[in-house]
Amino acid sequence: MKTSALLMSFSVDKENKKIKVTREFAAPLSKVWAAWTESHLLDQWWAPKPWQAKTKTMNFKEGGHWLYAMVGPDGTNIWCRADYKSILDQKKFTGEDKFCDENGNIDIKFPMAFWTCEFKEERNSTFVNIEIAFNEVSDLEKYIEMGFKDGFTSALENLDNLLNTQLT
Amino acid sequence: MRRDVFKAIADPTRRAILVLIATRAMTPNALADEFDSTRQAVSKHIRILTECRFLKQEKVGREIYYHYNPDKLKEIDKWLEQFRKHWENRFDQLDHVLINLKSDKNEN
Repeated sequence: MKTSALLMSFSVDKENKKIKVTREFAAPLSKVWAAWTESHLLDQWWAPKPWQAKTKTMNFKEGGHWLYAMVGPDGTNIWCRADYKSILDQKKFTGEDKFCDENGNIDIKFPMAFWTCEFKEERNSTFVNIEIAFNEVSDLEKYIEMGFKDGFTSALENLDNLLNTQLT
Repeated sequence: MRRDVFKAIADPTRRAILVLIATRAMTPNALADEFDSTRQAVSKHIRILTECRFLKQEKVGREIYYHYNPDKLKEIDKWLEQFRKHWENRFDQLDHVLINLKSDKNEN
């Protein structure tokens, strides 16, 4: 099984206010699609450890949304919602990502992110292209900054420490 | 108001200024001599870079010298690197979910 050599590319296109991520998965398209669109599967991977994604409601259809919390090891809940705009079964979906409260009321203080996820099966792999676009360059910057300062930093710092000890 | 750091380094003239300053501290006049654009244009670039803390000012006698602040670029690298790792983590977890999915449902 080729899990170690899976392709991943990541780039920040500041001029077009976009983040682009491509990743290859060693699984057929139907399963990768399911993992991205079914809440019981999303809950298993969407949040980086030790955080955990917990779905409150999920309605994967055009005009529907996914309301979930990122739950921290200390019980902190960060509520998010993804509104699905367009869905082309097994091919592509687009949506808007926002921060909100537990009832799904959007917090307009935080930048909105526009997602496009495209799925393509090639040989025995599935490629997922993700584009996250913003209204303003400063929103992109804030999104990156915020994601780490308020929430994920601890997990990533653990990883940083681990990597540092292995390097030195 | 805080300046947008990504916008600051997206400009080619400002990147050129950073490259020049990285090797030695320079006065605004010495910097302006390196470019075809007007002094006003160069000083506007300097102001933006200073507001973003890419440059540090130092007064020597009557002259102001600009120094490069390496910490600022490191800060940006760190953000992006963390963000990239965040995605890597997420996808590693997804790999596991997919492996379990495969064994749950019988493959042809």
